[in-house]
Formats: sequence, structure tokens, C-alpha cells
Amino acid sequence: MANPAELLLREQFSTPVQQRETATFGMWIFIMTEVMLFGGLFLAFTVYRLNYPQAFIAGSGDMDIALGATNTAVLIGSSFTMALAVYNAEIGNRRLLSLFVILTMILGFVFIGIKFTEYYMHYREHHAPGVWFNYPGPDSGHVEMFFVLYFLMTGLHALHMFVGEGILTAMLIRNAAGSFSAEYHTPVELTGLYWHFVDIIWVFLFALFYVEGLHLHKL
Amino acid sequence: MPAPNQRSDKTMTPTVEAPPIENYLTRDTGILSWLLTLDHKRIGLLYVASITFFFAVGGFFALLMRLSLLEPVGWLVSPESYNKLFSMHGIMMVWFFLIPSIPNTLGNFFIPMMIGAKDVAFPKLNLLSWYVFMLGGLVTLFAMIRGGVDTGWTFYTPFSTGYSTTYVTAAAVGIFIAGFSSIMTGLNFIATIHRMRAPGMTWFRLPMFIWSHYATSIILVLATPILAITLLMLGVERIFRVGIFDPALGGDPVLFQHMFWFYSHPAVYIMVLPGMAVISEIIPTFSRKPLFGYEFVVFASLGIAILGFVVWGHHMFVAGQSLYSALAFSFLSYLVAVPSAIKVFNWSATMYRGSISWDTPMLYAIGFIGLFTIGGVTGLFLAALGVDVHVTDTYFVVAHFHYIMVGGTVMAYLGGVHYFWPKITGKLYPEGLARLSALIVFIGFNLTFFPQFILGYEGMPRRYAAYAPEFQTLNVLSTAGASVLGVGYVFPLCYLLWSLKYGKPAGPNPWRTTGLEWQTASPPPRDNFEITPVVTHPAYDFEGMREELHLG
Repeated sequence: MANPAELLLREQFSTPVQQRETATFGMWIFIMTEVMLFGGLFLAFTVYRLNYPQAFIAGSGDMDIALGATNTAVLIGSSFTMALAVYNAEIGNRRLLSLFVILTMILGFVFIGIKFTEYYMHYREHHAPGVWFNYPGPDSGHVEMFFVLYFLMTGLHALHMFVGEGILTAMLIRNAAGSFSAEYHTPVELTGLYWHFVDIIWVFLFALFYVEGLHLHKL
Repeated sequence: MPAPNQRSDKTMTPTVEAPPIENYLTRDTGILSWLLTLDHKRIGLLYVASITFFFAVGGFFALLMRLSLLEPVGWLVSPESYNKLFSMHGIMMVWFFLIPSIPNTLGNFFIPMMIGAKDVAFPKLNLLSWYVFMLGGLVTLFAMIRGGVDTGWTFYTPFSTGYSTTYVTAAAVGIFIAGFSSIMTGLNFIATIHRMRAPGMTWFRLPMFIWSHYATSIILVLATPILAITLLMLGVERIFRVGIFDPALGGDPVLFQHMFWFYSHPAVYIMVLPGMAVISEIIPTFSRKPLFGYEFVVFASLGIAILGFVVWGHHMFVAGQSLYSALAFSFLSYLVAVPSAIKVFNWSATMYRGSISWDTPMLYAIGFIGLFTIGGVTGLFLAALGVDVHVTDTYFVVAHFHYIMVGGTVMAYLGGVHYFWPKITGKLYPEGLARLSALIVFIGFNLTFFPQFILGYEGMPRRYAAYAPEFQTLNVLSTAGASVLGVGYVFPLCYLLWSLKYGKPAGPNPWRTTGLEWQTASPPPRDNFEITPVVTHPAYDFEGMREELHLG
């Protein structure tokens, strides 16, 4: 079989090394744009957190810390399996690569499942913003702001999780077709970068939305 | 049809031009070969067609506005329609013409050629970016056809989220989508410039065209996501009736302005830096001298990109930000004048004692320098806190940014189109007609917008369908100028299309200039170069070229 790295060399590049470095570089730029995208929401959160500290802590007290902590653990676990997938791609172990990609996908779906369970619970408790929102007390509008940002930021994050699952599926199919080897596995590496980035965003979201009102939780 | 090789090429091994090479236009034919092309040159031309269309739409709105302003009462359209006209004019022109104008057309076409690459780093992403752009444009167009938008191109809240009953959401979605096209293009350019340079093409041998586009791309990838997220929040607020920016619900409308201008001020430099890119190519070519102070111009470009991120507050001097931040923003805005002035001085110094020829691109370039200077200096008036309070939201501001956007970017775009036309099409345009049209554009532009400086200074507010009768004379002058300007825009379209069929063959290097893009055939072959070039000289090395001519 011919060297897959040579076979997959696109015509605009001169060498496989140039192709790999360019792809990785492009991915880092993409992650930079993602940081700016989420950054806008983090900015809005900071501004309103400073304007309405009481309401934001109260809102955070209504989060389910157990589910949130579980999800954090699940997602960090998925980063671990993702790292193992990349490692196995590097050493050319295609069977283990598939296994760890599948494990990563499962953990990802567990995360998404728990997240949407939480969304449903918020909806049942009338914490979904807009016409569904109902919160006793004078601070209602500001608590709603907390939940608006919560749904926006975790929602955008969940969207990234769905995209990640799609990419992982594609990686699984390409690996089954024999596209990857120790010489050529750039797409798996880049998927790993993306997946870790989405994880890191969640760590910040967990700290901002769940941990702050920890003392209010009825554990 | 490649002309005979007039001189030996200094920057690459001599190409054999004897058999007529298949070029990028003739290699594949049929509509699908265009719609599915991965060739950066063809994608550039797809963008040319798209932005010409969007420019015509935006120009049509402007025409209706100017016609209506012939009379103080606004005889042509109702005030509601007038609000929609200026909003849609702004949206079309900013996001669907100015932002993609030079980078996505000339940039797409010439960045790989100037660095000696076969294509951009990610050709599929490049094509996707055009489709995303078209989707965004069509969604926005749909919003306009269905009933328009009346918020102004700035979408200020809470009017845009709580009160306007027009197609705000659809327009915002269109712009949101087009934003991703900008991000993809910027990402592609950065990766291309970093990783695809030919052997010997070191950073400080890059033409200024590349450096300016590099600075532009940095802004594109860093600022555009902020616009996306801001529009997303605006859409969420409008659809779900929640209060992110609505003060009645605890939101902060000034936060919207901060986030909007954090994108939209750097976006000004997205629009003007590529203009400077083109001018920095034209001036050395038609002065037959290397660009004066190359390194200074490089760092001035990067400086503009960086400083552009820290001056957004000067759009909000009267929006209720603290006096201290206003002071800081005012000072920082003054700083932008430094790199801008460096560029103007260096272009002028390049022409000094140069052997200047007055071809059409040079006419546009000189027009650019003058108009950009006027636009820039009036920008300083606006950066000064006290003066800004006097002229905020008047026609002075309108005139100022049209001097930068139209006098700057559009002049540079037209200059660039003429300069690169022989390379793109292989044909020469009719020089006499082109010079005449450059003159018409210059006269029409100044007649349109110079009166607006006076109108604004005398207190005529922008965005009103009616005005006090004493302003009528200047308004009539401005409308007259707009008609001249319109002729000036349609005219090149006609003779350029004519030249496609009847123009004389251009040959590889009609301007006898430096730069890799001129060392290959016109139109270029699919892979740009027959052999990957090896670069041994700095940019704009006319001296070296002359020596080789003597030797040869």
C-alpha cells in the first residue's frame, strides 16, 4: 500500500510536513476565533454579574451542583479518552483509536443527556427565560438575566458538543476506511484540539454558573 | 495569449513561454466548473460578481435617498421609507461590499500569486466562504425585499430589539452568516501567508499588499466573532423577549454599543487596510521606485490593526460612558493618526523624484491619498471630545466616513481593478476612457461629500428625511455630485466588459513592474506558475530589474 501521507497530499502543498503544519496552524486560529466568540458572552456575564451580584448568586443557588459536577467529571474524562485516541493515532494503532473515539463519543452523549435533563428541570421550575420565566421576589428580572446568560452560554457550548460528536463520527468512519496511520493522522489531532477547547470552556462555565452559589445548595 | 518574453525574469528561473499555456479561465468550462471551483482566482472572480451586484443594490438605495433630499420636505419617499433606505444602504455597503471588497476579490486572487504559491492554504474553505457569503447576502436581501429594516446599520438597542417592527431579525441573521465568511477568509489568508510562501520569500521581502492583508486578516478573525455573538444576543432578545440589552428588563443598552463598536471600529480598518494594500503596490510601480521606508509601512499596518482595537469608545462620546474613558478613547484615537500619517508620508516620499507616469491606477492612487488624508484629518476633529459633541450625528460624520470608505476604499478598489485587470483578464482596458472615468469619479465624489462637511458643521443632523430650507443649496449640490459619481461607477463597468472581448492582449507584465504575480502569464495558468519561483530580491526591486535589463 502506498504511503497514505503522500496520497492525501493536497495539490496546493509541497510536502506532507507543510500540509500538517498548515492544518494545525489553521486550527489554532480557528480556536482563537472561538475564544473571541465565547469571550463576548463572558464579557456580558461579567458586566451583569458586577451589576447584580445578589441576583446572580441567587440564580446560581438554583443550579443542581451534583449534576453539574458529574458533567464536569464526564467531560474531563472524555478529554482523557480523546487524548488516548490521539496517542493511538500517532502510534498507528487503528483499533484502539476507534475504541477511544467511541468512548469519547459516549461520554459526550452522557454530558449532553445530563445537560438537557437540567434544561428540562429548569423549565419545570419556571427558570427558562422569556414567557416561561417565573421567579418570586423583587429581583426576578435580574435573576432572569442570569438564566438568559446561562442558557445562552451553556447552549452555545452544547451546540459545540453536537458539532464535536459529528466530527468524531466522521473520524470513526474515516478510520474504519483506513485513512489514518502513524504517518497521516492530522484530522484526529485537530479533532482533539477542538474537543479539549470545548472542555476548557465548560470548566469556566461550571465555575461561573454552579460554584458561585454553592453555599446556598441544599446538599 | 502570452506575449513574447520581453526580458529575463530575475526572481525565478526563466519560464518557457513558447507554447500558449492553458490559463485558469480556459482550462475548464461550463457553469459547474465555476460553482465548484477550488481555484482562488476563480473564487476571487465569483466575489467580484457578487459584490458588484450588492454594490448596485446599495447604490440604488443611496440614489433614492439623495433624490428625496433634493427638497427640504423629502418629496420622494415617506420618512419611514427614508429610515429604511439609509439602514439598508449602510448594511449592504458595509457588510456586502466594503468588508469583502478588496480582500475577497483582489486579495483572493493575488495573495497566493504574490507569495509564489499554487493556491491558498485551504481552497475548500475558500469556496465555502463564498457560499456562506452569498447565503448571508441573500437572507439580508430577502429582509430588504420583504419590508426592509429601519434601525440604521448599527442596530442600536433597545429600538432594534423592542420597538422596531421591521425585518430586524432576518437582516441580523444575514449579517451573522456573512460574518462566518469573513472569519474563514481571514483564517485562510493568515495560514496562507504564514505557511505557503515560496522559497526565499522571507517576511521582509513580502510586498506591502501581503502585509496589509495580513493585518486585515488579524482583525477579521479577532473582531468578527464579537459581531456574531452580539447579533446572536440581539436576535435572542428580540425573539424570546428577554432583556439582555433592554434597560426595562435590567439590560444595558450601552453594553450593546460597546460590543457593536468593538467589532465595527476595527471593521473600519478591515475596509481601509486593503485599500492601503493596493495603493502600496500602485505607487511604487508608477513612480518606478521602491516603496519608501518599507519597514515603517509594515509596522504602521500592524500598528493600525492593533490600535484599531482600542479606540471603539470614540463612537460613544455622547452615549453615557464615563468622562475618563472618553478621555482615554480620545487620546488613543489620536494615536491612530500616527501610523496612518506614516503611510501617507511614505507614499508621498516614494513619489518624490520618482519617474511618475499618469496611468489610470496612479490617478486613483493619488486621489486616494488626498481623500484619505481629508477623511483622516476630519477623523481627528471627531476624536477631539469637544468638537465631537458639536458634530455628533450630523452630516459632518457622514462626510468624514464617506471620505474614508468611498474616497479611500472604493477609489483603491477601482484603482486596483484597473491595475490588476491586465493580469486577471489578459486584456488591456482603454486607457483614455479609464482616465476620464477616474476624473469623473473624483469630481463626483468631492461634489457629493464635501458639501456634507459644511452641512454637518452648520448643524444638519444625519438620518432625517427632512431638513431646514437653508440647507437646500448644499443638498442639491450633493445630489448633483451623486449623479456624477453614479456615472463614474457605471462607466468603468461598460468599458471593462468591452475590453474583455476587444481589449488588446496585455502580455505578462504591461506595467513593467516587480512582483511575482507579473512574472507569469496573463491570465495566469491554473497553478499560477509553471515552476515554483525562488525569490532572491526584496520587494519593489526596480534597481535590480534595471540592471538585469542592461545585462540582458
